[in-house]
This record gives sequence, structure tokens and C-alpha cells, in this order.
Amino acid sequence: MQAKLLKLLALTLSLTIFSSAFANPSEPTEAGGENDIKKEIKQDISHHLQDSYDFHLFTDKETNTHYGFPLPVILWDGGLHVFMSSKFHHGEDIAESNGNYYMLHHNHIYKTDAEGTVKYDDEGHIINEKPFDISITKNVFVSICVALMIFLFFSGMAKHYKSGPLPKGFGRLMEPLVIFIRDEVARPNIGDKHYRNYMGYLLTVFFFIWFLNMFGLTPLGINVTGNIAVTFALALITFVITQFTANKNYWQHIFWMPGVPYPMRIILAPIELLGVFIKPFALLIRLYANMSAGHVVMMSLIGLLFIFHNWFARGAFLGLTLFLSIIEFFVALLQAYIFTMLSALYFGMAVEEHGHH
Amino acid sequence: MEKLISEFSLGLFFWQTLIFLGLLFLLRKFAWRPIMAAVQEREDNIENSLKSAEQAKKEMEELQAKNQDLLKEAREERDKMLKEAKDAKDRIVSEAKTKAKEEADKLLAQARQDIHNEKQAAVGEMKQMVASFSVEIAEKIMKEELAVDKHQKLVNTYLEDLKLN
Repeated sequence: MQAKLLKLLALTLSLTIFSSAFANPSEPTEAGGENDIKKEIKQDISHHLQDSYDFHLFTDKETNTHYGFPLPVILWDGGLHVFMSSKFHHGEDIAESNGNYYMLHHNHIYKTDAEGTVKYDDEGHIINEKPFDISITKNVFVSICVALMIFLFFSGMAKHYKSGPLPKGFGRLMEPLVIFIRDEVARPNIGDKHYRNYMGYLLTVFFFIWFLNMFGLTPLGINVTGNIAVTFALALITFVITQFTANKNYWQHIFWMPGVPYPMRIILAPIELLGVFIKPFALLIRLYANMSAGHVVMMSLIGLLFIFHNWFARGAFLGLTLFLSIIEFFVALLQAYIFTMLSALYFGMAVEEHGHH
Repeated sequence: MEKLISEFSLGLFFWQTLIFLGLLFLLRKFAWRPIMAAVQEREDNIENSLKSAEQAKKEMEELQAKNQDLLKEAREERDKMLKEAKDAKDRIVSEAKTKAKEEADKLLAQARQDIHNEKQAAVGEMKQMVASFSVEIAEKIMKEELAVDKHQKLVNTYLEDLKLN
């Protein structure tokens, strides 16, 4: 099992590096080419961080062919509009759906007319109307795949317990983590009395974030957890669960802090109330910032391999990239753990039976 | 911050929430509940097994201690019995000895008495016989030589003096 895992790790690492190498095939041959390549790398990184309407693997710039597959676009614009993103031809064409015209510009869909008129404001921003967009984007697609995978893995693991008390295969690897979340995260933070109610959420959020983070390290160019909407959704659920399971004691500590003089209570109330919102906000920013920063650093380092022509420098950057990849594996787990840990901490505050005042 | 807000995609947020809640619901039902139950059950089992092993060990120790006590008791009992038997033997032997000695003494005394009596009787008879012999002898002498009456008295006196002891 361990050997298999190591092999998988090595494979993933090497793929990360080589696929990036394929993604940037052209070498600068003329003066000013270096600037072009820097610009290209910058573009690649910003594109990678963004969501997209198709699953793009890489582009052959010489023949200008994109490799990947389109994903469905779902728009609500006075009626449902569903079509494949291939209609846009990577932003080159205007897509027509039930008499409405849409265009793709920098990964945003705008409503337009048959000629593709684009209106700009004074600052050069597009002011075309944006339809309500619930497309199955790349991040949504990956999330669905990962969710499906997690479900299959863990429901399979659950089935194994029916045949005996010990887990088999995948479960053997995951069970210590499940027990860790229970004994080191949920129990000490929430307390023996209430922790059971939160186990489902904590385990789900931990494995979901961890798996998504891990997929972000594959060469498929996935960056789900480094997306603010994703972390916002997760943090919002933590927030909602915290507020809806909170007891009287919790609210009392926010609006009428016991044990301090009355005037202080009035001052503390808005601060505490602000804290209620800051906590999940910190949660969402932390995960987003860590994951996207990790991706930026990794891609920048890989980009440097193409800027330097010195083999010694390339070797050094290759080593550094490899080293950072390993660090990122750790970060992927760590961020999932921190998110889970802090969620547990907030739940613990919400159900605390008596204050320490 | 502005960039963050412009990057924020409502559609992605919508799907993410939906996917996550769906996953949460499904996992709770089909994975976490059975897994947690199985783990809990296994842990309880282990704990119970350990406890019962501890109990068994304790019982074993108690049993052993009991056995030891029993053995000790039995040994004491045996020693006591042996001692008693020895005492009884000694007593019986000494009693027998005493009895035998008494019997012997009694027999001896009896024998002495008998001997004494026999001797007395024999002596008496002998005296009688000696007297009658003497008388007969004296008579024969008297008859032949002297007047019997004159010497009879003298002879008796001598016989009286001749006490056989």
C-alpha cells in the first residue's frame, strides 16, 4: 500500500512538471521573446486561477488547437438556456441560444447581439448585461467528480465493516484519519456530549477539501479550493451550522456578556457580533489564500524553468519545484485540517454549556 | 478586495453549496453513520475484551491464592493428623507398657505369694513329717532302749528349737 502510494506520488509530481513543460512549448528565438514568455506565463497563471467553461488541458500555440473538452453552459435569462461551451470556440465566436446571443470574454459570459457588440464604460470595463449563470464550469465539474469519488470510496469503506470489524484496502488508509477527526478535532473542541452531531459535517468537509486540494496538485490544472466562491460556500455552511445549533449561552456571550460591567457589555456586543461574521470570513480567506498562493508559487517556479536558459539554474528550479510540490502535499492536508479544526472550534463555542467567567 | 468580489462567481457558489450539501447528506447516511458505528462498536469490543481479560486474570489469581491456601491448610491438616497419630501411638504404647508392667508385677506378686504359700505349706508339712518321723524314730529308740515318756519331752523341746527358716 505504501509503496503504491509513493509511486503514485512520484508519478503525480513528475506529471506536474512535464505537463507544464508541454504547456509552454515555444522557446524564445528572437529579441523580446523573453518578455513574451513572461507575459505568457503570467497569463497562464491567471487563467489557471480562474474558473472556466471548458475543461482545458493544454494548447498547442503553433497550430492554435486547444486540447480538452467542453462543459455545459446553463444560463437563466428570461428562460433557461443550455448549450455546450464549445459553441463559443474559446471566446472566438458568439453563441446563439433560443434567440439570445452570448459572448465569452475573459472567462465571463456577457449578453450581446448577433453582431457581438461590446459596450465599454469610461474605464474600459465591459458594461454588457451578464445573464444569471449556473453553468457546469470546470470547478463545478471537478467538484462533482470529487464528490462522487468520495461518496463511492467511503460508502464502499462503510460496506467493508459489515464483513468484519477491520477496514480493508482504502479504508485502512482512511480510518486513522476518521478516528483522528473524531478524537483530536471533534471531541476536544466540541465536547463529548455534542460532538456526534457534528461528525458528519466535519468528516465531509475535511475529506472534501483535502481531496480537492490534492486534485489541485495533479497536472490537470484544477484549482477548486483556491476559488473564493468555493471557500465562501464551505465557510457559509460552517457559519449557518454554528448559528443554528447555538445554545442560549452562546447568544448571551455575544449580546450580554456575563461577568463584565454593564457599560462594557454594550460596547462588547457589537464587537462580539462582528466576531461572529469575522470567524467564518477568516476561514474562507485562509483556505482561498493558501491554496491560490500555493498554485501561483508552483506555477511561477515552473515558469522560471522556461525563462532561464542556464541548465544549472533550470536544475535548481526543478529541484525547488519538486521540494515545493512535497510541501504542497502537506499544505493540502494541513489546510483541510485547519478548516475542519476551526469549524469544530466554532461549533464548540456554540454548544458550550457554561462560561469560564 | 474588488478583484475578489469580481472573481466571485454566483453560479459556482450555487453549485458548490448544492454539491457539498448533497455529499454531506449522502455521506452521513451511507458512510459516516455506519463507519462511526462500526468503529465505536469495535472500540467497545476491545475495551470489553480487555476488561474481561483483566477480570479473568484477577479471578485466576484469586483461584491460585485459594489453591495455595487450600494446599497450606491440607498440609497443616496432615501435620496435625500425623502428630495426633504419633501421640496416640506413644500413648498407646506407654499405656500398654504400664499395663504390661502392672500385669507382670501382679503376676510376680501372685507367684511370690503362691511360692510363699507353697513354701509355708511345704515347711508345715515337712515339720509335720519331721515330727512324725522323729516321733517314730524316738518311739523306735524308746521302745528299744529307754522309756519313751522320759525322752519325749526333751525331743519335743528340741524340735521346737529346730525352726527351719
